[in-house]
Parts: sequence; C-alpha cells; structure tokens
Amino acid sequence: MSIALAGAEHQGSAKRRRRLGAEIAPGIAYWFAAPSIVLLIVTLLLPIIVVFALSFTDYELGALGISFLGLDNYTALASDPTFWRGFRNTLYYVALVVPGSVLSGLLLAVLVNDLIRGRRFYQIAFFLPVTSTLIAMATVWKYLLHGRIGPVNHLLAALGLPQFEFFGDPELIMPALAVIGIWQLAGFNMVLFTAGLTAIPADLYEAAAVDGIDRPWERFFTVTLPMLGPTTMFVIITSSITAFKVFDTVAVLTRGGPQGASDVLLYTTYLEGFQYLRMGSAAAMTIVFLAIILVLSLLQSRLLDRKVHY
Amino acid sequence: MTALLTRLRRQGLGPRDLAVHAFLLVFVFITLFPFYWMILTSLRPASEVFTAHFSWWPETFVGLDNFRAALSQAPLLRFMLNGVLVCAGILIVQLLTAIPCAYALAKFEFRGKALLFALVLFALCVPIQVPALPLYVALAFTGTLDSYFALMVPFFLSVFAIFLFRQVFKSFPDDIIHAARLDGIGEAEILWRIVVPSAGPAIAAFAIFSITAHWNDLYWPLIVITSPELAPPPLGMMYFADNDSGTTFGALMAAATLLTAPLMIIFLFAQRHFIRGVTMTGVK
Repeated sequence: MSIALAGAEHQGSAKRRRRLGAEIAPGIAYWFAAPSIVLLIVTLLLPIIVVFALSFTDYELGALGISFLGLDNYTALASDPTFWRGFRNTLYYVALVVPGSVLSGLLLAVLVNDLIRGRRFYQIAFFLPVTSTLIAMATVWKYLLHGRIGPVNHLLAALGLPQFEFFGDPELIMPALAVIGIWQLAGFNMVLFTAGLTAIPADLYEAAAVDGIDRPWERFFTVTLPMLGPTTMFVIITSSITAFKVFDTVAVLTRGGPQGASDVLLYTTYLEGFQYLRMGSAAAMTIVFLAIILVLSLLQSRLLDRKVHY
Repeated sequence: MTALLTRLRRQGLGPRDLAVHAFLLVFVFITLFPFYWMILTSLRPASEVFTAHFSWWPETFVGLDNFRAALSQAPLLRFMLNGVLVCAGILIVQLLTAIPCAYALAKFEFRGKALLFALVLFALCVPIQVPALPLYVALAFTGTLDSYFALMVPFFLSVFAIFLFRQVFKSFPDDIIHAARLDGIGEAEILWRIVVPSAGPAIAAFAIFSITAHWNDLYWPLIVITSPELAPPPLGMMYFADNDSGTTFGALMAAATLLTAPLMIIFLFAQRHFIRGVTMTGVK
C-alpha cells in the first residue's frame, strides 16, 4: 500500500537538491544509513535472492542433500491441480472483495463527506473494523454465519428465506470469506476516498452549478467521479494487493476446506513450506506470488507518476 | 413552513440529510453488529447461545463468568503481554534505524543514495511472505526459532518508515540545520534534538500503523512460534478457537473481546492519528 507516496514527492525533489550535502563530510550520512542498510540486506535482499535460488532446487528442511532441478519446480506447479485450485480461489476472492470494498468505500466516502453533522461519528464507526484484530473478529463472523445458531440465518429465516450452511458448503465458502474481507476493507477505502474528495477544488462544483448541474447524482457523475479517477484506480490496486494476500481468515476458519474450496495461494504456500517443509517447491510458489504483487505494484507506481485526471 | 425547512436544511437536518443519515445508519449497523454480537455473547449463558430464536439482550445476565472461564482456559493476559513486548520491541528498533536513514536520504548527498532509495521503493512492495522461507531456515539453523527475537527480527527494518520520514524531513528548513551547525551542535544531536521533535505527528501516525499491523499479525507468529507462552494475541486466539471441544461460544467471544479491546481503546482515543496514518499511506 505504501508505494503510493512515490508520485507525490517527485516534483519537489529536483529543486531543493544539493543545497546541503557538499559542505560537510558525507561520511556521517553513511553512519546514519548503515543500520538500515545492514537490515535491508540481511532481512530482505539476501532472503529474496535465496528464495529465488531455492526455487530451482529440491531443498527440504532437515534433508542432507540438495540438488539443482532447473525449472522442474515451476513445471510441476503448472501441472499441479492443487496449486491451480488455490490460484483460482484466490482470484475468485479478489474478484469479490475488490468491487465490494471499493464500491462501498466510495459510496460511504461520498455520503459522509457531504454531511454537515455526524461526519466524525461515521468515520469512526466505519473505520473500527480496520483496527480490529481480524483473527478475533473472524471467529465472531464464523458464529454470525453459523448454519444453525448464527444470527444471519435467524434473520434469513425471519424474512422467510432459505438458510445456509456458509462454512460447510464449497459453493458458499469463498463468498462468506469475502464478506469478512469486505467488512474489514470498506472503511479503509472510505478514508482513502475521503482524502481524494477533499482534494477536489470547490469551484468545480460551483462551475457545475452555473451550468445548471445541481442534483446530487448529476454532480457525482459529472464532477466527483471524473475527479476521483486516479484515486479510484489507486484504491482498486491497493485493494487487489490486500485481497491477494488473504491468509488469516483461511488459516483460522477453514484451513482450505470444505474439500479444498477455500484453498488460497498463500495458504497452499504456507502448508508446502512450513508444514511439509518442502522448501524448493514452496519457494517456486513464493516467486509466482511475488511476481503478481510486483506487477500490481508497478501498475500502481506508474499510475501515481502520471497523476492523470480523466 | 418553508423558512423552517430552509433553516433545518442549513443545519444539516433537511429531509434529504435525514434520508442519507438513515441510509448510513443501516451501514453503521452492519459494520458494528459483529462487535455488538461479540460483547452480547460474552455476557450471556451458553444455553441462550444455542436457542433457535434471536434475541437482542441476554435473558439471564451472567456477568463476567465467560471472561473468567476464558481467562482460566488460556493464558490470555500472557498473549496480550507478548503482544505488547513484541510491538514495543519492533517499534523501537524501527524508529531507531529508520529515522537516521530517512534523514540521510532527505538531507545529505552521498554515493549510492539513489540506489538505496530505489531499493527502499522496491522493498515497499515486498510482503513478509516472500523472505519468510529463508528467514525461517536461518532461524532454524541458528536455533533461534520460537523466541521473541524470531517474532521481531523480520520487522526491525521498516522501509515504509524510511519512506514516510524522508518525506517529512525533506520539508524541514535547511536554514535551521545550518544555524545549528554554526552553533557547533553535532550532526546526531541536530537530528534527534531538533529535526525529530518537529516530526511528532508523522511519528505518532507511524507508531499507530506499526502497532496495529504487528498486534494483528498472524502469519509470522504462526510460522516461528510453537510454545503457547510466547504467542501474541492472534496466535493465542487461534489456539483458543482450535480446542473448541471444551470451549463455549461465550468464553470464545469473551476471549475475542479481551484481545481486540486494547487496539479498539487506543483507536477511540487516537483516531485522528489512525486516519491520518491511512491518508499518509494513500493518495495525497
């Protein structure tokens, strides 16, 4: 999520450059940066290189030997139905959570931002799930969606609708997890959209009013939405990255079940690497995961560099 | 009549405003219902949990029985203490390492600066799941798995903090730094005594961001911790939810309430910082 700022500070940097440094020994700068550089190399860059290298081997933790396999791990993944199932389930989750959380975030931001009273109250209420401990709240949600004693089913019954066994039905498990994901992410997206909304100059609305556009939904479609274009793209990509990393709810609530219907990419990787200790193929999965995340992040920074309004 | 309507509308109480409020309150209800249900269940007896009908209020109030049961079934306070220690340890090291690095990137010229910053930007995109395997292997070989150190070490470096503080330090006036140098104040002292205090709000926002992230993190503790007495809150919650053979829903919800409460309370007191933190991570 954090790459975001990259765009914002490009403009200022060229101007102020080299006003300071030359006067004093730059040695001190290395001392300032040294601890971070050491940590960067030891806890991040080296491990990434190692993970990449491991993905071409058959390394298993505890095994004595290690041999080079070339691309075997990757070709094995390509024909592994379990991996593809996890991949498909992850995409399905992303396809549910991203529209759900982006649209509800946008709707809430627009409605709350226009209010004269109660803005703070709504912001606090909608943001509360973002800060809550997801694992704890996930167990609450499992209870809410419980087939027999869950209040959601009580409500469905009261409305004369059929009841569902959300956590026992392979068809319903991803939607149930997506509901939890949307619940947690909507308030976060709302805050991002609110920041975008406050950046829209008020005279645009006045100009629109002069042109005879003063119904709220007309204003929304002619001014607000076009001006929110970059923000919206940003929120979509951030939400996609977050959704792609779905792990906690699966690990705690479903463990990939029922019948593998909620196996997701990170959970499959976790089992392969840390339960079966097959580091080689887990490393290959990690590289696939990293590639996806990097592509999304690249899109995001491109977008912010351009900062286009359309 | 029309005058009244105009006045109401100006105060945000016109018919349209009321409709918007009604709509938003439905969303508030959906958003907050899980919290309500969690607390409600933690206060009602097990018999009421399994009734087929819905009720808004405990019919028999069991006081803190469920909380007592939860605390006796699992060392919840220990989990929370672990969470505090781990979050504090991580945050302190993050601040001590990221602040000077960010300052160097913001205010000094040195060889390799562009490369370092490029690496910071790259690292921003890399989630913990990527270096996890080699870090785990390294910890296994050095015999340091299942320790506080193992819990904290991948997070000592926060590239996000470097990025954020660099941004903030860049706008600190150069003239003040020059003046301080002329007064003979050392570089480190300039940083910690003059520049850092001006970055208070950014540091507060980052601190909250960091604490929230690591209090709630499950992935890494799940991998490195095997002794329950070292588990931070989410892992503790997972243990608790797992052995549900003897655990009632009431105790489970009481445990959930206890483990979520600290962050909720911090949030309610410092929500400005939370929301500013999100905005800082997002669009400017």
